[in-house]
Amino acid sequence: MAILEQTVAHYNHWVMIFLMISGLYIVVARGNMVKKLVGLGLFQTSVYLLYISPGKILGGTPPILGEGLGPYSNPLPHVLILTAIVVGVATLALGLALVVRINESFGTIEEDEIFAEEDDT
Amino acid sequence: MRLDIVFRVAAKMFIPFILVFALYVQFHGDFGPGGGFQAGVMAGAMVIFYAIIFGLEAAQRIVPPRVVELMVPAGVAIYAGVGVASMLLGENFLNYSPFAHDPAHGQEYGILLVEAGVFVTVSGTMTVIFYTFVGRGR
Amino acid sequence: MVLLTLMAAITVGVVRLRNLFAVVVLGGIYSFLMASVMIVLDAVDVAMTEASVGAGVSTVLMLGTLYLTKTEETRPAHTPLLPLVVAGITGIALVYGSFALPPFGVADAPIHMHVAPYYLENSLRDTLVPNVVTSVLASYRGYDTLGETAVIFTAGIAVLMLLKGRRDVKPGPKRKRVRR
Repeated sequence: MAILEQTVAHYNHWVMIFLMISGLYIVVARGNMVKKLVGLGLFQTSVYLLYISPGKILGGTPPILGEGLGPYSNPLPHVLILTAIVVGVATLALGLALVVRINESFGTIEEDEIFAEEDDT
Repeated sequence: MRLDIVFRVAAKMFIPFILVFALYVQFHGDFGPGGGFQAGVMAGAMVIFYAIIFGLEAAQRIVPPRVVELMVPAGVAIYAGVGVASMLLGENFLNYSPFAHDPAHGQEYGILLVEAGVFVTVSGTMTVIFYTFVGRGR
Repeated sequence: MVLLTLMAAITVGVVRLRNLFAVVVLGGIYSFLMASVMIVLDAVDVAMTEASVGAGVSTVLMLGTLYLTKTEETRPAHTPLLPLVVAGITGIALVYGSFALPPFGVADAPIHMHVAPYYLENSLRDTLVPNVVTSVLASYRGYDTLGETAVIFTAGIAVLMLLKGRRDVKPGPKRKRVRR
């Protein structure tokens, strides 16, 4: 029973941790640059979850004020993550632009092949 | 894709509604979910959608790249300009209270102006990024 | 809870697949699931942003990059053992730490004690804006948002600098194809 209780209380944290280590694994283990950026995105979304999920109150409503509503969930993490998402896509675009340039000058987006080519020249 | 009549007709039907919805999200952001960031992304997505269906040239005839590139700094300028304006009116930077007869209304107008700045920058940036990526491919 | 499990399943797919096109499309589905989770967690503004940004714009940008590069990933040369161990140890440490966090959804967690009640009580009086997220974003924390807008502006300018203009094709050792 205690295990079940812990699971219900911390399931969001555990899924968040799983997403985070998957993102970490992709970034470290995979040599493909686009795949690395996808992994970075996974890590980023897990951080969104880390911020948003403690702000929820069970039985609460979205923080838009009105008569007879409440309790409201915490609006502060929403604000922080809202801007983080848009900044995230801007930085993703920057990373993809770098990938495109790397592909143009090396002819590949695999890390190992780029290193091999660097050693040759 | 260019010759597919289903896509073209469907796109023609959808695009005005996407734009209206983006503006609704922009100006209704005070009362419901939404705001400058979301509306900006939607407006950018509308241009991207149009460019995917009708081709890059058609999209750039309607939304010229020069205008979009100007929008990117213009939004930041609007935002910072609101802050400077509030300073000139004798308050702190980005304190919108002196914009109207009472402070609360001033805050409301200030939020509206600032969100407009965010909208301009975000929509401009999304469109400009898409244009450069697609322009690189040809 | 079901949504979170689905997200974890999609993550496994993203980790295992080697076709980048499939990975990007799975990323789009993942973003929509994330948006649904955000609605369940009462973050309607964030859900709207995630659905339009994560599933819309970033998927389009990824596909554009794949069109410019190539869609198949090569087999990795190294064994993935070391990263797996690193990720596993990190995960165990984080799970151990998660037991000290307050349980999900309780109203008296520390996060609800500090500034959030101030925003919720005074937003309507100070700014006449019922959506607290908007008023905090644009008014109480206007400096933050100015900074974020500046970051987006900088990223846009940087992408323009990197990708605009002529593609300079320079023949020489740099351009030769690599052996597979």
